[in-house]
Amino acid sequence: MRSSILALCAALGTVAAVAVPLMAVQDQPHPTVSVQSKGAPSGNSKSPEVKDEGERVFKQNCARCHNSPNGFSSRITGTIVRHMRVRANLSSHDEQALLKFFNQ
Amino acid sequence: MRSILLSASRLAGSLLLLSATLSAWTNAKAQDTPLISGSAGFVTNTTGGDTSYIPVFAPLAALPLGQHLMVESRGGVLELFTPAASGYNHSHYAALTYLQGNYFATSHLTVVAGSYLLPFGTYNERLTPTWIGNFQDEPLMESLGLMSGGIGLGGQLRGPLVSRPRYSFDYAAWYSARSANSQFKADRSSGGRGSFYFPQQRLEVGASFGRLMQGTHENFAGAHLWWQTKEAGFRFRSEVARGQHAYGYWFEADGRPFAFGKLDSFAGRIEPVFRMQQTFRIDNVASDSLPSVNTQRADFGLDYNLPHNTRILTSYSRQFASTGNVNIWETGIVYRFLFPVWKGHKQ
Repeated sequence: MRSSILALCAALGTVAAVAVPLMAVQDQPHPTVSVQSKGAPSGNSKSPEVKDEGERVFKQNCARCHNSPNGFSSRITGTIVRHMRVRANLSSHDEQALLKFFNQ
Repeated sequence: MRSILLSASRLAGSLLLLSATLSAWTNAKAQDTPLISGSAGFVTNTTGGDTSYIPVFAPLAALPLGQHLMVESRGGVLELFTPAASGYNHSHYAALTYLQGNYFATSHLTVVAGSYLLPFGTYNERLTPTWIGNFQDEPLMESLGLMSGGIGLGGQLRGPLVSRPRYSFDYAAWYSARSANSQFKADRSSGGRGSFYFPQQRLEVGASFGRLMQGTHENFAGAHLWWQTKEAGFRFRSEVARGQHAYGYWFEADGRPFAFGKLDSFAGRIEPVFRMQQTFRIDNVASDSLPSVNTQRADFGLDYNLPHNTRILTSYSRQFASTGNVNIWETGIVYRFLFPVWKGHKQ
């Protein structure tokens, strides 16, 4: 019993040791991109309209697999979009539209 | 112990190499700063009354190199605490999941080289990251078509072949060499996947094929169907795959209760999930890791999306097999991080 509690404490400690510094780094005041404020599913729209091509690409490709992150630094927008181009098989046209959507 | 330390140091070294090598890349565009993403989590699994505790850390690095190249890699480090006769046993695991270079040749062609996730079916490429998957466990039939470990070492061609407002078609084709290297273990194989997507119906259907070209040569075939509602409040995913010794299917549904509030409201953060799966064994010449007997399993999950990219995963599963029925309880908390490697240029 004692060893299981020790194991649990060690595990929680490991997670905390990794997560806390990362949260601190992520919360630094970079200019951030908030996907949800740009028209990602918010749940409060009865007749959602696709505002532009980039929003369409986001809803059809990114949201198909995962929930949108709360926000991220604008400095990595291009890198994220390029990663998505590979993972979601986006064309260069869709890649540019998505980048434009994030930059609005 | 020594091999574990070696693996961990290789993993850390590779990830550091990815960022450190390019710290000289000072002329990168403002939005092309290399990123570190991934997840840190703590999960528990109780199978038949025995509980295991698993802290897991899965970093991902992506580094653009000019306009046409990008290097990306994902790794995994986990500690496994499993019950023993007295107390708990403790084991480590650290490895690269993949390390690949992407060359964007044309609008419709990307060339991938290195160690990559095999594009057979959808789960391996899309849902294995712990910050994306709705359940901690992968489907029972997941190994069908993924050779020995879901990783290829060689080359891959992929991209969108056709992209129209009413439909699109994308493809991925791979060839993998055989490798016994502990960090880049792969089987000699080839295969591919093709998918149609119909935007207006938000429906994706596709098929996959794979051939193992070492030892006893085998063919694998699979198909998938994904559908989501217009606002992505409800998603349905499914796959079926068949090998020469076994076959199986899974389908999964998840939803966010929009009717009760916005995504960031208490109710809107709740995400009920359900998965049903079955595997069938054709013979006992098992070349896969599917159960040795026909197995059925139903998974009921309730996830909660906390602020700051943190997610709580809980699930109960009931598994039925002639070797014995079993209850599986799982809980976990996963934090997803995403930030630039360095400050970068101001826009």
